[in-house]
Amino acid sequence: MYEFEYQKPSSLSEAASAIKSADDGSLLAGGQTLLPTMKQRLASPSDLVDLSGVPGLSGISVVDGNVVIGAMTTHAAVAASADVKSNIAGLAKLAGCIGDPQVRHRGTIGGSIANNDPAADYPGACLGLGATIVTNNREISADDFFVGLFETALDDGEIITAVRFPIPEKSDYSKFAQPASRFSLVGAFVAKTSNGARVAITGAGQAGVFRVPAMESALNGDFSAASVGSISLPSDDLNSDIHGSADYRAHLVTVMAKRAVDGCG
Amino acid sequence: MNATGIGAAVKRKEDFRFLTGQGTYTDDINRPGQAYAYILRSPLAHANIKNIDTTAAKAADGVLAVFIGDDMAADGVGGIPCGWGVNNKDGSAMAEPAHPALAQGKVRYVGDQVAIVIAETYTQAKDAAETISVDYEELPAVINMEAALAGGPLVHDDAPGNMSYDWGLGDLDAVNEGFKNATQVSKIDIVNNRLIPNAMEPRAGIGEYDTATGEYTLYTTTQNPHVIRLLMGAFVLNIPEHKLRIVSPDVGGGFGSKIFHYAEEAILTWAAGKIQRPIKWTAERSDAFISDAHGRDHITHAELAMDADGKFLALKVSTKANMGAYLSTFATSVPTYLYGTLLAGVYSTPAVYVEVKSVFTNTVPVDAYRGAGRPEASYLLERLVDRAARETGHSQVDLRRKNFIPNDAFPYQTPVALAYDSGDYNASLDEALKRADVVGFEARKAESERNGKRRGLGYSTYIEACGIAPSAVAGALGARAGLYESANVRVHPTGSVTVYTGSHSTGQGHETAFAQLVSDTLGVSLESVDIVHGDTNKVQFGMGTYGSRSLAVGGEALMKALNKITDKAGKIAAHCLEASEADIEFKDGQFSVAGTDKSMAFSDVALTAYVPHNFPHETLEPGLEENAFYDPANFTFPGGCHICEVEIDPDTGTVSVENFVAVDDVGRVINPMIVEGQVHGGVAQGIGQALLEGCIYDESGQLTTGSFMDYTMPRADNIPNMDVGNTVTLCAHNSLGVKGCGEVGAIGSPPAVINAIVDSLWGLGVRDIAMPATPQKIWQAIATAQTSQAAE
Repeated sequence: MYEFEYQKPSSLSEAASAIKSADDGSLLAGGQTLLPTMKQRLASPSDLVDLSGVPGLSGISVVDGNVVIGAMTTHAAVAASADVKSNIAGLAKLAGCIGDPQVRHRGTIGGSIANNDPAADYPGACLGLGATIVTNNREISADDFFVGLFETALDDGEIITAVRFPIPEKSDYSKFAQPASRFSLVGAFVAKTSNGARVAITGAGQAGVFRVPAMESALNGDFSAASVGSISLPSDDLNSDIHGSADYRAHLVTVMAKRAVDGCG
Repeated sequence: MNATGIGAAVKRKEDFRFLTGQGTYTDDINRPGQAYAYILRSPLAHANIKNIDTTAAKAADGVLAVFIGDDMAADGVGGIPCGWGVNNKDGSAMAEPAHPALAQGKVRYVGDQVAIVIAETYTQAKDAAETISVDYEELPAVINMEAALAGGPLVHDDAPGNMSYDWGLGDLDAVNEGFKNATQVSKIDIVNNRLIPNAMEPRAGIGEYDTATGEYTLYTTTQNPHVIRLLMGAFVLNIPEHKLRIVSPDVGGGFGSKIFHYAEEAILTWAAGKIQRPIKWTAERSDAFISDAHGRDHITHAELAMDADGKFLALKVSTKANMGAYLSTFATSVPTYLYGTLLAGVYSTPAVYVEVKSVFTNTVPVDAYRGAGRPEASYLLERLVDRAARETGHSQVDLRRKNFIPNDAFPYQTPVALAYDSGDYNASLDEALKRADVVGFEARKAESERNGKRRGLGYSTYIEACGIAPSAVAGALGARAGLYESANVRVHPTGSVTVYTGSHSTGQGHETAFAQLVSDTLGVSLESVDIVHGDTNKVQFGMGTYGSRSLAVGGEALMKALNKITDKAGKIAAHCLEASEADIEFKDGQFSVAGTDKSMAFSDVALTAYVPHNFPHETLEPGLEENAFYDPANFTFPGGCHICEVEIDPDTGTVSVENFVAVDDVGRVINPMIVEGQVHGGVAQGIGQALLEGCIYDESGQLTTGSFMDYTMPRADNIPNMDVGNTVTLCAHNSLGVKGCGEVGAIGSPPAVINAIVDSLWGLGVRDIAMPATPQKIWQAIATAQTSQAAE
């Protein structure tokens, strides 16, 4: 790890100005990706702006048909939340299968989606539920938020404050973990919402999380595992590495989507 | 039975300090004036070093010194030696290229040591290392063994064809004759996957030089401090033993990877003398991946000749063994002495021939890893026997029973040098069959199939050789060291006991098991016994811990010393009790005169030994302390039967290990709880090798699986609850009857797991699956088999 300036602002506006004035600063949420990367000297921010002292960024509430989760809420808190479990079962399940207990008690939803690791789980839920990402400046729909590999629609220094998930009729997440890292090799988030079915796949795509329109329309016709079971993705745009070829990932997309539909009950 | 003696499942004495964070590991030690080192490593697999510019690093903040290979060469420092010479088939010596501690002129693998930077803090040393400019002229690298042998780029100019040796063992004519008479032949091509050990504690060291006495001290994470003192002192740094102390305190796992003399040990010790300050170095996990010796990595073709009845006639094996870029300390012995000699297995195959080519590649050196050669042998044999059973229409059990060495054949001379002293292979098979509920398997399989899953059962009836062992045999096979063990028992005046053992512990529980031997023999409590190991200034010369030898060799040395203690104590008791020595009996810590009520406690004898007011000094020496060295007559031969039951999800290729039964014959069990724990750990590593762990290099020689993000270590949820049991035949040539238990789990389990997977998929047309059997490989194997069946 290289040296850096540590800052712990006590308000959102202080945080915003701290990150703006930093030479090459990083926001620090749970640090579960950033800190190991820094320890390996693969990242060397000039400043770390720690958001843990900013009030109001953590917590879960149900407002107007939405579950609203503060950006600094840990995965463990989401997984254990009665509000999440009763309203969006797939989201609670997803949070409960991120990393290991240590990661789940430090890592945050805001940190995860701001990083937009193509193998992270949360982008699947955001896109699969049609969530809205709330920042200190604006609101961004999940469909617009995840731009590419580790890329989001966030401006420099823009701070996620919360994620607003519309409560679906039902939802589920089915994850096939990469055996070593246990990130998702393929994760399928399926939701039946008032605006129709949504299917989001994480882990598999070269450009990160994506929706599968063919599966969504099949589910709009008949919300059953059988209707997605015959739909297979071309492997052209899928990741390929030592843990899974593009063909294997393509196959798993179908299997995981089926299981998630089944899991919706 | 003494409640804390032989056979008692007492809790481990050392666990309190381990579990409460009070162990003292090398990195916990800090010396006055200590500086810190960073080892700069090669980022390339193969390159000439045209120039190294350390000017900026030497001028950087806090930097005390920077040394490169030229500096060590200028001081006349020797290369890192190999401890085992192996001859070619024609009797000529193996190729043994030089292994400089810091690279000289060339780097040969990613991780090769290039420079040491020493600074006031570790961060300063690491920062300064980034300013070192190395002008590399990159060379083509050779990673794959086949390519290395087939005219690939030369790793060493003085190892033509990239081969260290081409070794053979067995009677080739007899084997050819066997194949001539065969009516059935089964063949297999098999890869034993390369593993990265990953002990929980990374390697670390502190080099120190005492200007007042001229004595060097190295604190290091080794399994065998005296071996390091001998190798480093005599061959690398030219420091005589009385001026070189090796301290290896608590060691957090080794599994073989901490046996070897590593370059860092010599570099730190030498550099401490140069700067005359203690220097600490602790490997980061990333360093460990590219600098701890890797394990396994064999490619083998084997053929088994059988008669019409399935009786084995001959076995012919041809293996290529990866050495990596340099010959590590015992690397050369692993695919020969510890592999070729085990290829008879538990079977009475009359003729066996094995040839092994050892191959240099631009990869991390490969050496012993839990089982070392024996897992490779058992994996090959048990996969081949499994296939032979399927191809000849025998059941797995029947073909094995038909070919087992029968109980009345012991001692049994195999066709590959070893003579087994004892065993009962049917007994462990019977016990395992019962525990695995093999009878109920078909019903469980049907249930799995109803749920769209597949279920399989896999067997492994293995043997291994432990206690590594008789110096005469080892010497004849090329060992450059003796392989005995030592013990010193010091009985203190009030009857407490300190044992100095030449063996060492990396967490296996010696402080408990050895204390149980003392408690059992002398009748003293466990609490009054301390076991000391790991410091060459405290302990007489010893050989350390490896090859499941600590009890079978070190424990026997201890028994020998304890017997000398009871002899001497008996003499003292006879004197005090005014009886003849022949009338003295010793039981439960009391010396008594036969047929009388006269007796004396062991502790009183001890006190008298040190307060010898009326000793007949001509015939009875004061003191109660004895030393013993023990060189066994033979190896020990643990064996057993492992049965694995798996369920496979064909949609994803995921394997679930549903049941694992291990019935091992490790001879007499001193502490059943420790033995069970050793088997649990060994099986976990075996399942790791079979399902999860696979070291992968890319073509340029970069380690693709260079972190836990890509190298899959087994975790608790990968490992089933195991059913662990024992059958017992006593070792015939040591007094305890013990055989060793540290490696049986890792040796017996991988073929059981893979055979179970093959069993579950055989009906789909899958004939083989390579380790690690990842979900992707299994899914691919099913898909390929279905495609080819559809084509037919």
